[in-house]
Amino acid sequence: MSVIVFTVILLLGSYFAGLLGSLTGLGGGFIIIPLLTLLLRVDIHYAIGASLVSVIATSSGSAAAYVKEGITNIRLGMFLEIATTAGAFTGAILAIYVPTHYIAILFGLILIFSAIMSLRNTVEQVVHKETFLSKKLRLGGTYPVNGGVVEYGVTNIAGGFFMMVFAGIISGLLGVGSGALKVVAMDGIMRIPFKVSTTTSNFMIGVTAAASAVVYLQRGYIHPGIAMPVVIGVLLGAISGSKILVHTPSSKWLRWVFAIVVTVLSIQMIYNGIKGNI
Amino acid sequence: MESKETYNSTVPLETENQENKSGSLKDKDIQTIIGWILRSGVAVSMFLVIIGGIVFIFRHGQSLSDYKTFKGVPDFIRSIGGILNGVITFRGQAIIQLGIILLIATPVVRVAFSAIGFLMEKDYLYMAITLIVLLIIMASMLSGYAG
Repeated sequence: MSVIVFTVILLLGSYFAGLLGSLTGLGGGFIIIPLLTLLLRVDIHYAIGASLVSVIATSSGSAAAYVKEGITNIRLGMFLEIATTAGAFTGAILAIYVPTHYIAILFGLILIFSAIMSLRNTVEQVVHKETFLSKKLRLGGTYPVNGGVVEYGVTNIAGGFFMMVFAGIISGLLGVGSGALKVVAMDGIMRIPFKVSTTTSNFMIGVTAAASAVVYLQRGYIHPGIAMPVVIGVLLGAISGSKILVHTPSSKWLRWVFAIVVTVLSIQMIYNGIKGNI
Repeated sequence: MESKETYNSTVPLETENQENKSGSLKDKDIQTIIGWILRSGVAVSMFLVIIGGIVFIFRHGQSLSDYKTFKGVPDFIRSIGGILNGVITFRGQAIIQLGIILLIATPVVRVAFSAIGFLMEKDYLYMAITLIVLLIIMASMLSGYAG
């Protein structure tokens, strides 16, 4: 395959990955890595490096908008970034030593889990009581709703923190934003309102990915010929996705289609991982 | 009602927020700066990646792409010096790589600016937390060189 054909295919594929990733909230990495490894037969280390770079681009781009709206809890994000960056560092080091077919299998499993998570109905929850640690760290906050503000508290900080270390490891090992795991930690364990947990998770994804990207960069995992079309495509796709989202809220059928697509992809990744093709 | 709205909310929504004006004004500035850093970091790096991409395609569009086995990156972009040298001589892959490095640096610069923001608010606890995050990223950077 010539460089020009490879670039065009990857540019188009990345655009759709970014578009779907933004519409469903799963992120583009989940389609990019199977596209690169299964379809274009690219070494998984290159795939992870390119995906990680695109994760930083989309997260930084959209975080700028959310920070302006005042929904993102920057204190909470900052505190939990200790956990995610430490995890990402560990994950990037692990990625050097873990055999690639295990990475492929783990990727498939996390992908299935994230797809299930994206189908779940979200009910807005607000906890008012605060734990000792939450008060000490001033993690509670407010967010704007229809002209007013909603106050919320944060519980089970230790549990959420450990889940974030795990989310960081997965992000560093697989080159994805692992937004689904971050939301589990904040939404499920720490009982933070959904709106706040999704935007704060997105705010943290860029820093988390940067912590492992510096290791990947020095190891030569980030190849300009692959990263270039991926980062351009995913970012443009994500921008289109956010434009569509403003007009129509993410519909149920779209999430189902996406869930089916990623399930097929993850079975492929697991199968090829077990066979040792990746 | 202490400083709970200081860093989290950008827009002062209620009258009580107006009271500590100096505080929320400063916060708003930091928020604006953070937003600006993120946006311009992404914009500048994407510009470089696109320019580099065009040069790369123009020069190497017809060569064969081979990424099946891991071989690292081409020698001339292995070091910062090599990348800068490549940018001066207008080599596509070097320009792309410079853009990517700037992109990776963007969230790190954001963290550094948050540290300054917390310092301005005299929030030393969060300044320390932010510095720990920076230290972890530094450690990660240095570990890459070690190998």
